Amino acid sequence: MALSRLSSRSNGIARPFSAAFNRFISTDTTPITIETSLPFTAHLCDPPSRSVESSSQELLDFFRTMALMRRMEIAADSLYKAKLIRGFCHLYDGQEAVAIGMEAAITKKDAIITAYRDHCIFLGRGGSLHEVFSELMGRQAGCSKGKGGSMHFYKKDSSFYGGHGIVGAQVPLGCGVAFAQKYNKEEAVTFALYGDGAANQGQLFEALNISALWDLPAILVCENNHYGMGTAEWRAAKSPSYYKRGDYVPGLKVDGMDAFAVKQACKFAKDHALEKGPIILEMDTYRYHGHSMSDPGSTYRTRDEISGVRQERDPIERIKKLVLSHDLATEKELKDMEKEIRKEVDDAIAKAKDCPMPEPSELFTNVYVKGFGTESFGPDRKEVKAALP
Amino acid sequence: MSAILQGAGAGAAAALSPFNSIDSNKVVAPSRSSLSVRCKRYIVAGSDDGTNQSFGSSSLVARRSQPLMIPNAVSTTKADTAASSTSSKSGHELLLFEALQEGLEEEMDRDPHVCVMGEDVGHYGGSYKVTKGLADKFGDLRVLDTPICENAFTGMGIGAAMTGLRPVIEGMNMGFLLLAFNQISNNCGMLHYTSGGQFTIPVVIRGPGGVGRQLGAEHSQRLESYFQSIPGIQMVACSTPYNAKGLMKAAIRSENPVILFEHVLLYNLKESIPDEEYICNLEEAEMVRPGEHITILTYSRMRYHVMQAAKTLVNKGYDPEVIDIRSLKPFDLHTIGNSVKKTHRVLIVEECMRTGGIGASLTAAINENFHDYLDAPVMCLSSQDVPTPYAGTLEEWTVVQPAQIVTAVEQLCQ
Repeated sequence: MALSRLSSRSNGIARPFSAAFNRFISTDTTPITIETSLPFTAHLCDPPSRSVESSSQELLDFFRTMALMRRMEIAADSLYKAKLIRGFCHLYDGQEAVAIGMEAAITKKDAIITAYRDHCIFLGRGGSLHEVFSELMGRQAGCSKGKGGSMHFYKKDSSFYGGHGIVGAQVPLGCGVAFAQKYNKEEAVTFALYGDGAANQGQLFEALNISALWDLPAILVCENNHYGMGTAEWRAAKSPSYYKRGDYVPGLKVDGMDAFAVKQACKFAKDHALEKGPIILEMDTYRYHGHSMSDPGSTYRTRDEISGVRQERDPIERIKKLVLSHDLATEKELKDMEKEIRKEVDDAIAKAKDCPMPEPSELFTNVYVKGFGTESFGPDRKEVKAALP
Repeated sequence: MSAILQGAGAGAAAALSPFNSIDSNKVVAPSRSSLSVRCKRYIVAGSDDGTNQSFGSSSLVARRSQPLMIPNAVSTTKADTAASSTSSKSGHELLLFEALQEGLEEEMDRDPHVCVMGEDVGHYGGSYKVTKGLADKFGDLRVLDTPICENAFTGMGIGAAMTGLRPVIEGMNMGFLLLAFNQISNNCGMLHYTSGGQFTIPVVIRGPGGVGRQLGAEHSQRLESYFQSIPGIQMVACSTPYNAKGLMKAAIRSENPVILFEHVLLYNLKESIPDEEYICNLEEAEMVRPGEHITILTYSRMRYHVMQAAKTLVNKGYDPEVIDIRSLKPFDLHTIGNSVKKTHRVLIVEECMRTGGIGASLTAAINENFHDYLDAPVMCLSSQDVPTPYAGTLEEWTVVQPAQIVTAVEQLCQ
């Protein structure tokens, strides 16, 4: 792979053949084949090939969306420090390749469910920046009407089932969604994402057992960023080969910083799950921020490690190099794109800041489903509502 | 064994059937006193604008001849004569577990989205035979035998419900559902709220609980007190074959998650229930015996202890009003309130633990709302705050006995 050609972002690299042309985002769908950076490691199955089919359109899309996700997370960081986002805020920067690669391999009928590090996956599923920032700041226009917060993003129409705060609890839910897909004969699969910390939860193995027993189209994806909050994986797990932990369930270990490897693996997993039942994917990825905004992220790992990964394995840099080496855009165009994205994010934040907070009556809505449900009744059968000052 | 008949009007006399599965030294003699069993089966439009803002299993509430809409219905002995008179002349007799099964089967026939999951519900037929025969009829994909992993299969049921399926999750014994508490509390109860209304969770979680049969401490749990604080769920407790079937159907049709509490000792109660389809309102209490002197609120098995005590009380000249609250969350404060306004004395008899139980919440609710109507403090008789012992005599004394109920009524009515 001609990655060695361009290794820095220095200006003034003379680009042969293309200086005269001012190409913007190409809508060209000429197929491009890309080799993944590392081979896949497989457990109880044959790994897919390292050559991934892609197109110039897709490459540029990847770059754009990942840059958007990165920018969104960094902006969320500043908003949190400005105390506009409260509570817990778990950021996904560094792991964007997983969200992007997965989306590229599946349709909106396939379901995704994840834990609390869900901002980028929500975006990938079709959520808008406005909904993200509104929800993070607790405004009405948020995807959960401001009542969920950072850990509870959902998008039912794109089969995104959230957004869960309790570690590991989303995996049985995900297997339940897969069960429903099988029950309704939908020919779709469910990706249940969890982290290396959650991989030690018992309910995972329970759910995996049932999924394997009933042949459910469930794909368990371990986003292994090597730290369960402050505990490194070697201190938490006797066997850090999470892809092998399924025992009788096949598994695949994937370089999670390579969006194309992720895409290939997810495609492979989807085909496998539809035919043969559950499979585990382990995405070897990394998060630059701490576990959440309350965690500096440097007490349990060195800054050298973080910057080392950033330099060598950053997913956006990798795509950028691919774009440049395939002559799909110039440095300047990519920089412009990034500027555009920055502006887009800033606009979305400004718009979200203008959005009102939820009405006080919203406190009591959506506790029960109206019409068939109930509110607590006072003695005269009227709805009991506390009057807020 | 006589069956409970739905009496109409003041003249009807009905008899309470003796149940045959209680300890042999506690045989309940057939009661010949005039107990009119009145089950409210009407659509009650609750809010003031008169629109059909029916709650619970509204429009599906029972039809006798035709559905009656009575806005702001009050439990009276007069208003329901026409509708309830045609009741169960043509009925069929069955045991409570069969009534549950019938309800479940009818709902599974009616809606292909209903499925059952639990341990040994399929091929084995259910540990209490509630799901017997269903696996043969509906197949393995709709009646699912799960491995022993309450946390996971409850989670799976909830995940399936998020997509639109309507699973009925069985805990072989309610106590086992403690392992699934996280799923029930965080996901089942709260997902509708935290997703801003995007997802509804129409699950039914059911199972037997309660004290009896000397099952020991871990198998005699009463979980209603643990679950009652979870926002977003509804809890109901069935006590007769009639309301068991009705509540089961209503729970399945409800868009909210419903926890249906059954009792191990009540599964063999026999009663005659109507042939035609009916449903019980999920949020309504049942007037078991109207009276004037004191309101006794109870649910599940304690209803029978109360009725036994009521017999003694009537002989002593008291006229207790017995209400089976049925709906444990939310409380039917309408029926309860009307009763309190009439009698001014309240006794709560429950099988929950004393500390933090349903009775404790109900006492608080009554005191808050009806303080002015009370002539005496609300008294609550609950089980002792101990793990249920194995020895028969000790087990008897953990729960409230009819003699204690009689004493309490006498004390309150002084």
